[in-house]
This record gives sequence, C-alpha cells and structure tokens, in this order.
Amino acid sequence: MKNAAVNMSVDIGGLVLKNPVMPASGTFGPEMEKVIDFNRLGAIVLKSITMFPRAGNSAPRVCETPAGMINSIGIPSKGIEYYLENSVPSYSKYDSPLISSLSADSIDEFAKLAEIVTKSNDVDAIELNISCPNLKGNGLAFGMDADITFNLVKKVRAVTEKPIITKLTPNVTNIQEIAVAAEEAGSDCLNVANTFLAMSIDVHTRKPKIGNIMGGLSGPATKPIIVRLIYQVSQVVHIPIIGCGGVMSGEDAIEMMLAGATAVQVGTANFIQPDAMIRILKEIESYMEQYQIKDIREIIGQVVINQ
Amino acid sequence: MESHQVRILSNEKVSERYWHMIVDASDIKENVEPGQFFHFLCSNSIYPFLRRPFSVYRIDSDRNTLEFLYLVKGLGTKKMTELKAGEKIDIFGPLGTGFHLKESDSNILLLARGVGIATLAALAYKAVGKNKKVIAILSARCRNDLLAADYLTSFGVQVYKVTDEEGTSDLHNVKELINQLLIENDIHALYTCGSKRLARLMQSIGKREGLWGEIALEENMGCAMGVCFACLCHIHDGHEAKSARVCVDGPVFPLEQVILQ
Repeated sequence: MKNAAVNMSVDIGGLVLKNPVMPASGTFGPEMEKVIDFNRLGAIVLKSITMFPRAGNSAPRVCETPAGMINSIGIPSKGIEYYLENSVPSYSKYDSPLISSLSADSIDEFAKLAEIVTKSNDVDAIELNISCPNLKGNGLAFGMDADITFNLVKKVRAVTEKPIITKLTPNVTNIQEIAVAAEEAGSDCLNVANTFLAMSIDVHTRKPKIGNIMGGLSGPATKPIIVRLIYQVSQVVHIPIIGCGGVMSGEDAIEMMLAGATAVQVGTANFIQPDAMIRILKEIESYMEQYQIKDIREIIGQVVINQ
Repeated sequence: MESHQVRILSNEKVSERYWHMIVDASDIKENVEPGQFFHFLCSNSIYPFLRRPFSVYRIDSDRNTLEFLYLVKGLGTKKMTELKAGEKIDIFGPLGTGFHLKESDSNILLLARGVGIATLAALAYKAVGKNKKVIAILSARCRNDLLAADYLTSFGVQVYKVTDEEGTSDLHNVKELINQLLIENDIHALYTCGSKRLARLMQSIGKREGLWGEIALEENMGCAMGVCFACLCHIHDGHEAKSARVCVDGPVFPLEQVILQ
C-alpha cells in the first residue's frame, strides 16, 4: 500500500501475503485484469480445478435472495492439463502469490491432483475445496465428516510441501471437530467457509429458482454466521484462518479478523462492484489509521469478550 | 470495461409491462455496438443488490445517449422504475460481443420476441444506416407490447407484427410469413432474439436456405465479466458440443452454433 507506515502483511501458514485481501475461488478470473490491478491483491485464488473436464449444472445457476446470492454452478472445468498449461502460467506476470483450488471426486484423486499441481513453480499454495455443496446430491461434501477430512488432508500432506488451505463447509453440526481434524492432518491454514446449502422457490411458477434445486448461499446474509464460525474455529486451532462469507467492506474484513481470521476472501462483492477488493483494502487502511494500528496482525482475534 | 455513474435523462413507463430509460453516455468512451449490454446496479440497497444485464436499445452518438427498453419482471427492474430523471445510475459496460453486419448482405431479416425486440432495434438502426434493407417480424403477447414497431418503421424498417392475442404468433404462422418474405425478398442474413422456439425456427430456415445468421441469448448472470460461469450455454464446436459464457463469448453467437434446449 501507499502508506509505508502501515504494515498489512500477514502469514497464512507459510505463505506471506502483502495484505489480507484476496478473491474467493470462483469469483475471479483473468477478465478482471481490465478492472483491477492484480498486483494489489494479497493473493490470486483461481476457480476450483478438477482432474478431467466437466460441464456445469443446469440453468439457472444463480439467483438473488435478501442480501444474498444462491449459486449452483457445478464447477465447469477444462481439466488439470489445460489448467497447468494455460490458466496458471497466465498469472506468472503478477507478483501476488497464486493459490490453486482443487476439487475431486475421491480422496485419492485429491492427492493425485495435489501431486500434479505441486510440480508447478507458479502455484504457491493449495486450497482444498472439500466443501462445495453443488457436486453431489443433497449438498454432500467430504468436509462434512471429520474422519474423511482427516484422511483427505493427510493424503494430500504426504504429497506436497506447499502450504495447504482446507476450505471447510459451514453445513455441519460442529465445525470445530472438522477444523481440528484438518489441523491434525497437517493443514497449514483453514478457510471458513464455503457457501451454505440453501434453496429458494419462485412462488409464481412454484419452481426452484436454481436449476439444481439447491445451491450455496453467499453474500452479506451469511456474514454473522461466518463471524461466529471463525470465532468458534479460532478457539480450537492454532493455524491461521481465512474468513470467507459476505465481506462487502473494510469493516466486514476487520470484523472477521477480530473474530480470529488472519485474512479474508471476497466473493459476491466482486459481482456488484468489480473493483470491490481494492476499495476494501483502502477501507482497511483507513480503519488502521483511525485507530493508529501500525500492523494489521495486532487485531487478529482481538475481539473483546468481557466475562 | 468499467462501471460508469451515468445521469438518467428520462425513465418512463411506455406500456403495461415495459419501461424506457435514456442515460447520458458522454462519459463512456468505449464504442458501443448493437447486441452489447450493460450490467445495471438497479438500486443502492442490500436487496436487491446484484446487477441486472440489459442490452442496448438505441445508441445515439449525436446526442451521446444510450437507451434501454426494459421489461419490469422482478425486484431489480421494479426498483429501476423508481429512478427519476436527474438521478445517477451505476452501469458496468459495454460488455459482450455485439452483432456483425456483412458488407455484402444488402437485405436482412430480423425475428424478435418480447424484450428481444429492444436488442434487435439497435441492430436494425445500424443496418439501415449502412443502407441495408431491414425486414423485421416482431412477436409479442399483445399489441401493446410491440413498443418499438413505430420507432422501427420511422427509420425505414419493413415491420410485420404478430401477437398471441390476435392468434398470429404461432410457429406455423410465423414460418409461413418467413417463407413468403424469403420468396419476395433476396434475404442474405437472419438475426433473432427473445424466444428459443422462434430461434429454432430461424435455425431450421437458415439451414434449409443456406443462410448465415446470429442470435442474441439471454441468461441470468452473476459477474457479467466471464469469471463466475453462471451464464453458460452450449454451442457446437465442429463435431463436439462445448460450453460458452453468454456474457463474454456472447451474448451474440452464430445462429447455427447455438444448441437450443
């Protein structure tokens, strides 16, 4: 940032970022180069990649709900080969680190993908998308089970030295169990969290507003629940947390950091204001100046609880 | 590709379901082509807060204005009707790929349904400006929804109207009309927007007659800049089917390529 007196650098489990703001997977792509300077971002996070090409889910794939958006895109993908030959190298001209988000149908496939991606020098960290609600029936995801999460992360840990970010699902009874399982298996960082399994019905046509019937809810409507989840997770793990869910402003980012997040991801806001991440960065800086915070790390987990 | 705060010059109801907005486009430096669209921030509220895509209805480069004809359908468009002349609105664009007009095509046929009429009106205006003969079949639920008919006629488009209320818009009737127009005129290209049913008809006629054409697709969008993959459609690519993003790869596609489900 311009003001050298303010240090916004954070460490998300072995990966040092110049600032804590990055896009959420699936809400960012090369086309945004025309709108924002990618070098300003804490990190570049690509859309989840799968081993083989796959089509997306049936339309409509997005709908709006009060202060929220439901999506069921279904991870359309060109496969890992195209990804490593074309997508990943196109970002090497930027100095922001690149985080590869992986999606797979089995634990072994996650490990295989991680092994392949690890060979790329352009990939700085791996985000395990074990929490997409749009791939299996009823929104089922690997990240709903602590044992499966443990085994999955452990297998990936065995094949990569790169920092692992495990993206948790909020669609669980006790997120703390899953968070601990991921940490014990060797995850370097946790993303809290993916979207909330949701459904919306058009009362005039009586049809679901999403082609896949259910989808994942994101946006400001989810933020208070995400803040709670970050707080709960931060009570039981020792690894950094990336907050993700409804960040629209610098204050939203600060709120998540106070709850225990080290960095934040911005998703839905990018669709409303394509330059939202740059504005959010400026707002974080203003907050720091207002409260004379020299180092952003000073506020991580600093929610004041009077008990 | 950027968002612009543009001043609204007028925003008026023009029929039971349609509104017409004119904005001052003097700050928009990019060239705007028929078929391209803008992503509108319909309100500054938290609900609705997602943008809505609208294709350009009229590009007036003399007055530096852009016009949009929009169907009031849901919360976003309802909010847009509350905006008054003099207020500003945040529009992101121009986005997407517009229509193509070939020099050698002197006579073109347009088939539009409902709000698709707005999209093809901009194309018709440009084509007439290039001294092409433009024939347009406009289809709608009722006569009152055929808003642009008089406007199109005013600059020389040969307009045919069909409506559900008059029982003239059924597929058989439209097909007969097109066949008649093809006999009477030496048509070189086909353009369509607003109905998959009519688009399939145009595809089959294009194939039968060996005519090329283009279609503007509509789809719910998230980002409108190609990153979220919400607006995927399917197109033929050689012998294979592949997905394409309506927002950046379209919204205008070659007529024969689009797979209409």
